[in-house]
Amino acid sequence: MVVRENFELQLKELQEKIVRLANLASGAISKSYAALENNNVDDALEVIDDDTIADLLEEEINDFAILLIAKQQPVAIDLRRIIAAIKIASDIERMADFGVNIAKSAIRIGDQPFILPLTPLRQMHDITLKMIELSIEAFEKEDVVLSREIIEMDDEVDRFYGEMIRSLLRLSDEKNLQQVTQLSLIARYLERTADHTTNIAENIYFLVRGRYIGRNE
Amino acid sequence: MNMTLMRENESPANGFENVESVPFSEKVYETSNLNLWYGENHALKNINLDMHQNEVTAIIGPSGCGKSTYIKTLNRMIELVPDVKTTGQIKYRNRNILDQSYKVEDLRTQVGMVFQKPNPFPKSIYDNVVYGPRIHGIKNKKVLDEIVEKSLKGAAIWDEVKDRLHENAYGLSGGQQQRLCIARCLAIEPDVILMDEPTSALDPISTLKIEELVQELKKDFSIIIVTHNMQQAARISDRTAFFLNGEVIEYSDTNTIFSNPNDKRTEDYITGRFG
Repeated sequence: MVVRENFELQLKELQEKIVRLANLASGAISKSYAALENNNVDDALEVIDDDTIADLLEEEINDFAILLIAKQQPVAIDLRRIIAAIKIASDIERMADFGVNIAKSAIRIGDQPFILPLTPLRQMHDITLKMIELSIEAFEKEDVVLSREIIEMDDEVDRFYGEMIRSLLRLSDEKNLQQVTQLSLIARYLERTADHTTNIAENIYFLVRGRYIGRNE
Repeated sequence: MNMTLMRENESPANGFENVESVPFSEKVYETSNLNLWYGENHALKNINLDMHQNEVTAIIGPSGCGKSTYIKTLNRMIELVPDVKTTGQIKYRNRNILDQSYKVEDLRTQVGMVFQKPNPFPKSIYDNVVYGPRIHGIKNKKVLDEIVEKSLKGAAIWDEVKDRLHENAYGLSGGQQQRLCIARCLAIEPDVILMDEPTSALDPISTLKIEELVQELKKDFSIIIVTHNMQQAARISDRTAFFLNGEVIEYSDTNTIFSNPNDKRTEDYITGRFG
């Protein structure tokens, strides 16, 4: 018999809100990146406009979590679930902001032809989105093995980031300055997004185990 | 031992490894292999617990888990129940109190007890406090006055009653009565104070006052408290023992029990998933 059925339902609701926020952030990143590749200013503007939804949802999650703590007085794993939810929501909201940043950079680049193939950037984008997708799954299943895999994927993003930045710097001159700057920023935004996903994975680990990943292993 | 492995595999026979994260202090009670039967009913099963000086030890667990039975063995009040049989040892300051040569009167001058329901005598506040000292032969009015003031101050009720010491204790509120009972307990200058759900009959503010008081008292006494209120155990105790079906499932420092217990059953209980 579940003694605290109502509380269980509320924890589930909190989890669902987080997943919804993560989907918004993931959508912002993929849509803004597609806007860059396809030079689609309308989509980029839409990403910028839609960011308010993510901001409001993060506030809603925080309020909901605070009420749960106040009213249910959770301990142990329940408390960690709620604390982790607050921290994870903050990471995800930041990721949605990076989607906005990418959209703005895409608009600045406009319809200029790209000065180099975007392959490493595309790789960063794909891996980062995969990391977000897996982190949602790890969060829902409270899966620490998956968390660890996500953290390892970050190294690959960093590798492509280095590659992209080196290529851009080689092309850096007066004529290319705008695009080198904007593409470097986009690479940076993707790299930071992957870092925040890594934070999420670490928080999932903490949530499940009650200790920090990488210590006492 | 690596706690991770324990969680993933089986719990150890006892979950006591984390206890050492609370700084060491001298042991007041050492219970070893304690078993207790009420007739045929095996109420305490192989209990092994050490309790330390100047600490608050909380005992938690669902109704019928043996926690009240256990605390009543610590001052041998359990002997008042007919047909009780025990095996094993409870050492208080290195002497086995279950040994029948241990005089129960000697034990109870060292070990005071506060009960669930405040139980002042139908006497004045003053007479309640001096009841024990008088039995111990103290007659000097000045000495008794000093004991009254010191005990009532110790129980954080002096300021509320100092002008009406000779009024009947029944005129006090429930929370005040409970603090008076604590004062009565302090008057015999015990070493240990046992508290069996001391706040379960009190309102929230009186409860918090008693909790504050317990924190003060542990500077001078060792306190063992049975409580149904898990948040109370979390707030005031240094170590917590979780009892279930007459067994100690986990005994650890309180921070561990309430943040990351080792045993699934402890976690299920403190998070309210059963009990």
